[in-house]
Amino acid sequence: MASITMTVNGRKVSGEAEDRTLLVEFLRSNLALTGTHVGCDTSQCGACVVHVDGKAVKSCTMLAAQASGSSVTTIEGLANGDVLHPVQKAFHENHGLQCGFCTPGMIMAAVDMIERHGGDLDEATVRAELEGNICRCTGYHNIVKSILAAAAETSGARQAAE
Amino acid sequence: MGVVEGIGARVARKEDRRFITGKGRYTDDMNVVGMKHAIFVRSPHAHARIKGIDKSEALNVPGVIDVLDGDQLAADGIGNLICGWMIHSRDGSPMKMGDWRPLAGDTVRYVGEAVVIVVADTKAIAREAAEKVVIDYEELDAVTDLVTAVEPGAPQIHPVADNNLVFDWTIGDEMAVEEAISDAAHIVELEVSNNRLIPNAMEPRATLGHYDAGEDHYTCWTTSQNPHVARLVMSAFYNVAPENKLRVIAPDVGGGFGSKIFIYPEEIVCLWASKRTGVPVKWVADRTESFMTDAHGRDHLSTIKIALDANKKITAFKIDTLANLGAYMSLFSSSVPTYLYATLLSGQYDVPNIFANVRTVYTNTTPVDAYRGAGRPEASYLIERAMETAARQLDMDPAELRRINFVKTFPHETPVIMTYDAGDFEASLDVAMEAADYAGFPARKAEAKARGKLRGIGFNCYIEACGIAPSKAVGSLGAGVGLWESAEVRVNAVGTIEVLTGSHSHGQGHETTFAQLVAERLGVGLDSISIVHGDTDKVQMGMGTYGSRSGAVGMSAIAGALDKVEAKAKKVAAHLLEADESDIVIENGEVKVAGTDKKLAWHEVSLACYTAHNLPDGMEPGLKETSFYDPSNFTFPAGCYICEVEVDPDTGTTQIIQFVAADDFGNIINPMIVEGQVHGGVAQGIGQAMLEGCAYDPESGQLLTASYMDYAMPRAHDLPSFNVLTTTTPCPSNPLGIKGCGEAGAIGSPGALINAITDAIGNNDLSMPATPQNVWAALNAK
Repeated sequence: MASITMTVNGRKVSGEAEDRTLLVEFLRSNLALTGTHVGCDTSQCGACVVHVDGKAVKSCTMLAAQASGSSVTTIEGLANGDVLHPVQKAFHENHGLQCGFCTPGMIMAAVDMIERHGGDLDEATVRAELEGNICRCTGYHNIVKSILAAAAETSGARQAAE
Repeated sequence: MGVVEGIGARVARKEDRRFITGKGRYTDDMNVVGMKHAIFVRSPHAHARIKGIDKSEALNVPGVIDVLDGDQLAADGIGNLICGWMIHSRDGSPMKMGDWRPLAGDTVRYVGEAVVIVVADTKAIAREAAEKVVIDYEELDAVTDLVTAVEPGAPQIHPVADNNLVFDWTIGDEMAVEEAISDAAHIVELEVSNNRLIPNAMEPRATLGHYDAGEDHYTCWTTSQNPHVARLVMSAFYNVAPENKLRVIAPDVGGGFGSKIFIYPEEIVCLWASKRTGVPVKWVADRTESFMTDAHGRDHLSTIKIALDANKKITAFKIDTLANLGAYMSLFSSSVPTYLYATLLSGQYDVPNIFANVRTVYTNTTPVDAYRGAGRPEASYLIERAMETAARQLDMDPAELRRINFVKTFPHETPVIMTYDAGDFEASLDVAMEAADYAGFPARKAEAKARGKLRGIGFNCYIEACGIAPSKAVGSLGAGVGLWESAEVRVNAVGTIEVLTGSHSHGQGHETTFAQLVAERLGVGLDSISIVHGDTDKVQMGMGTYGSRSGAVGMSAIAGALDKVEAKAKKVAAHLLEADESDIVIENGEVKVAGTDKKLAWHEVSLACYTAHNLPDGMEPGLKETSFYDPSNFTFPAGCYICEVEVDPDTGTTQIIQFVAADDFGNIINPMIVEGQVHGGVAQGIGQAMLEGCAYDPESGQLLTASYMDYAMPRAHDLPSFNVLTTTTPCPSNPLGIKGCGEAGAIGSPGALINAITDAIGNNDLSMPATPQNVWAALNAK
């Protein structure tokens, strides 16, 4: 058994888990954070993307023990109280989701993508960057639109602040 | 119109908030006290006799609750899985339904068939124990390919089905077709295969079965598109429990596409195992299990013969189809290659004579059933490949050949039992051609050629049938269920509204669109309307969501219940306002006497219904109405899709330059949601045409495409953005004029794409999926 301590969505948590426990299992089972989903067993689908120390990670590719000591953000921790993150807002406004199962991973991947690229995002880059996130409902059309809208809004907000 | 959040408004979805904040509740998110975890031991062989099962070592693993097999299941009286649509062969004999036990009996017939369930404290322990179950198999020869399966000497899969033939069914007038063919000026022939697909809803199937011994009552949480049908079938046929002792809950469901219509072994076995073991039992498929056990789609091989007269008018279609049903007959498998397929073989065309022969076969593969479009994509792909082929052979513009053969007056009776009630096929063709700048294509082709690339353009003018009905008609065709829908509108005392519907939403946005209908009718805000679905304890009965039926049938039922609510509200208001009932109107959340300033707020009327202090004499208190709606006809969405591609002759790689979809869905509730449905459908169609192909090893019967490493799911960079447009002829067969939009994209797109690629490469002999390898081979086979 491994003793695990980490900060999840700003809250210090700790627990015991078998050594083989994946980060996604720890989040879902030990912490009841079921917004992070499991859609495959080969780390292809991206439904389980979370942020570990600020970087997008597929939480099915990491052991919970490896993440011990880290700061983890899941979809549940993205909004600021009732105020949605700009990417969440963009997915809502642009109909970037249907069944919602891939959505948490999509949003977490998109937040990371926008942070890395800033205002330089274009459609081809977004599509290439979504290689690791599979959606079966939307045909990606409105997901791409949502991410570009959020990137534009974020970059506009940054410029306004400067 | 006129209501801001009513019909036709582009309202952002009410249900989004829980999904974008991680608060969606899917079956795997459900936990109950004392819950244990199940792993199924599945057949590693495509065809084998089970000589013995040794569970002793598995039972000794610490943490294992029980290990159960098919003999124990049968001994407890749990029934076989059934196919709920009876088809008779042309000789009058009923379809040959082989026994399908929820846990295998003495024979396994496909890789992945469930044999044993292990229940343990954790999934990891169950998995370890499952590896210790020793099953002694005697391997038998297997057959996976539908052509080989019906050849003499092929391995026999079910004793009941000679030569693996399930049924040999026909529709149409064979003699008339033969006559038309012998009189024809032109004959065009084509053989087309429709590749087998694996649905891949992103949420893997899951179920949680909970038997409450105190109440002698079962609860089943499951990933279902139609929880009421699941309860009915599990009760009436599988003998799990009577309906009043079985509650089925389909909470948030992560996509279905048909694959979650069917009642699978796992739901039944987990409920049974919960009673046997005394603990709640949860099972969640891993992705490889989904690949192996979710009902697959398509897998047809067809030939078509088109007869045309000297004026290029079609005089007959003759079609022969072989359809693979897999190892067992899944719940609606028999309807897919018959009434959902052959009845659409007239396409958008005025064809006086049609004859189709469909033979269905067993193979040692996963059962095949409805997948997005279900029969209609196979029909449209066949007809539209053949129309494009005919145009090329007759040296005609493909749009022109279609145009001169379109059905132009409605209602139109086809020779394959459909009555098209409304449409304007030229309108969608024109809109699509203009959007695609068809006139400018030759110049674009020349420009591409100068760069060494091959441009092609392809059409697919599809028609489909949705909202399958009326129940009386489908019953006469063999359906075991009715295909109506129910709705209950509950107006609370404070005026807020709950709509209980038998339709199930698993991505379609019903919580928004259904509320828009209520807002349109009563003028109340969307926030005061809740849509309740997916729970047999809340909604009395319903038929669920598939076949693009939720708008046309489900919303029509809501409209019927709203009619009754409005009628009662008007009676009450007339009484309170001392006015004539016929002068009362309901507008913007107020109940008014037309032409006066006399009015009541909506909540004042509802409150009056519940206080019952001052109701008309003899009126019952309350404001709650129910409607069961059974449509008078199918609906017929139709449209034109145009795809333009550029092929790199060196690599065979295809790039989609543009994809235009012009659909006639009748009246539209929420254009944003409809466009989203088209995007998703087109993506699945492009996936079928260019990427996806289920592959079995023909010798061993092993599924070779059982993970996302092996099965090419469309990724974002495989697809373009789509140009989605609509034309409108309202549907005359339901009160809202809705036709349905869920499947069109998957129906109309494969033909458009393959017609474009074959146009680019100048070789018509190309099968799906058109991978770079297949395109390159076709290009160089000339």
